[in-house]
Amino acid sequence: MKAPWPRVSSLWDSISGPGASGRGVLSGLEAVVPLSSLETGSILGSSLELLRGRCVMLATHSQLPTALALVELDGVARRIVLGTPDLTPEQLAVVAATAEVDVIIVDESGEYPTSATRLVVAPSLTAAAPARRESVQSEWILLTSGTTGAPKLVHHTLESLGGALPRQLPTAATAVWSTFYDIRRYGGLQIFLRAVLSGTPLVLSSADEPVRDFLARAGAAGVTHMSGTPSHWRRALMSGAAGSLRPNYVRLSGEIADQAVLDSLQATYPDARVAHAFASTEAGVAFEVTDGLAGFPASYVGQGTASIDMKVEDGTLRIRSQRNARRYLGDAAGGLVSEDGYVDTGDLVDLENGRYYFKGRKSGVINVGGLKVHPEEVEAVINQDPRVRLTLVHSRKNPITGAIVVADVVLVDGAAAEPALAAQIKQDLLTACRATLPAHKVPAMLRFVPTLELTSAGKLVRPRA
Amino acid sequence: MSVRSTISSVFQQVATDQDRTLAPLSDDLPLTDSGLDSLSFAIVVTTLEESLGVDPFSADEWVEFPVTFGDFVKLYEGAVA
Repeated sequence: MKAPWPRVSSLWDSISGPGASGRGVLSGLEAVVPLSSLETGSILGSSLELLRGRCVMLATHSQLPTALALVELDGVARRIVLGTPDLTPEQLAVVAATAEVDVIIVDESGEYPTSATRLVVAPSLTAAAPARRESVQSEWILLTSGTTGAPKLVHHTLESLGGALPRQLPTAATAVWSTFYDIRRYGGLQIFLRAVLSGTPLVLSSADEPVRDFLARAGAAGVTHMSGTPSHWRRALMSGAAGSLRPNYVRLSGEIADQAVLDSLQATYPDARVAHAFASTEAGVAFEVTDGLAGFPASYVGQGTASIDMKVEDGTLRIRSQRNARRYLGDAAGGLVSEDGYVDTGDLVDLENGRYYFKGRKSGVINVGGLKVHPEEVEAVINQDPRVRLTLVHSRKNPITGAIVVADVVLVDGAAAEPALAAQIKQDLLTACRATLPAHKVPAMLRFVPTLELTSAGKLVRPRA
Repeated sequence: MSVRSTISSVFQQVATDQDRTLAPLSDDLPLTDSGLDSLSFAIVVTTLEESLGVDPFSADEWVEFPVTFGDFVKLYEGAVA
């Protein structure tokens, strides 16, 4: 590929040394930490030396300890795995085994079913800074939902994640960033890296904080740039506290941005630039749309730029760039990049009047407010009931979470001979789903249908988005 | 059943299903204080689309997002009328 970006050696170079701006500040719910204080303080302390060349997984509850540990670990640990807060103990064990994790960093005691050594860290800087010596180019491992419910492990480098981010923002003197995202997810990590690399203050969100309080905290911190999914933004609009924020720049990514949410944000923030971006954990950031319209101009496709090529094949968007992830970890995961160097995003696009519009996921994966649901895992739960013959779980458009899960169920003959019987079966099926699935995977609507269409190969006909 | 009472009963049903404690529903109750989370609201909207036949959020003309329970009821009353 063309146009190499300036090589990033490590995150630490942005904190200390000739290129450092010294302005970055991380504001968490628990503490406010200027990045320059890492020159004298540390979250890992003398333990850092024990992590040299090792595989380290970050699995803290709060984002701030992970943020600080990332700066210390990059260039020291061989592999850094960013654990997401929604991992179940079973998933955590699978991730730790697949990534060959030696040490797991946590901020609260608890049972961690992994053979990795546990290192408990304080919520913020406590120890004296250890001597700094970098020895490796760390692998960065991000997690994304896989087909069987177990996360996929996506291998990035600091260069693929942060190589295209500005080292110094032109508006750096005034910009303050924040994001609804957790920084352990791709969308949030971009904002975190931008903050560290360009020395921009960053206000971190917290899962423990109501959205209204977060907006007030971000507003009080003078946030000018804010990013989140359309669902995050809809929640902010409904909180009644959207006015706490006075952003110059509003960014949406991670889900389909419809015209309604774009218009509503522009009406709420008339002076702000409202942009939506396409990015995925595997493909990286691809492009930003700034004309205020849903979808993206067809001219973006097929026209290679210095750093990115896009094409549409078999209905899905494909992206080739230096921001692509390298590969998946683990044997079962399959290939990430095709032979010609493109990543298939799996996102279906349709061309209408010179613009491409996103139509959902080719795999049928349902995105409920940023959380993925594989129809098959929900169908499997419902199909366990002996009164059920066949189930089709699919997506239904929803203005709050973008999409929601619905189930069409065919019962065995005579199972619902009376309406009261049908009501009882429906209740039983939903109870079974609630007992085994997280709330966002439980069908919001369950209907009985007389039949479901099958292909000639005997497979369920799945609606294309 | 009036639009208001339909909405109230759907709020109650969803709160029960989602194992959430619903605050007493009054017109000035902020939706964020109702006890329902985003997913619950998503289910409320889908359920109301079935029972009332409208989804005012996806109308062609953009509507302001409701902030209180009263706003929410008004939005649906306007859409059904």
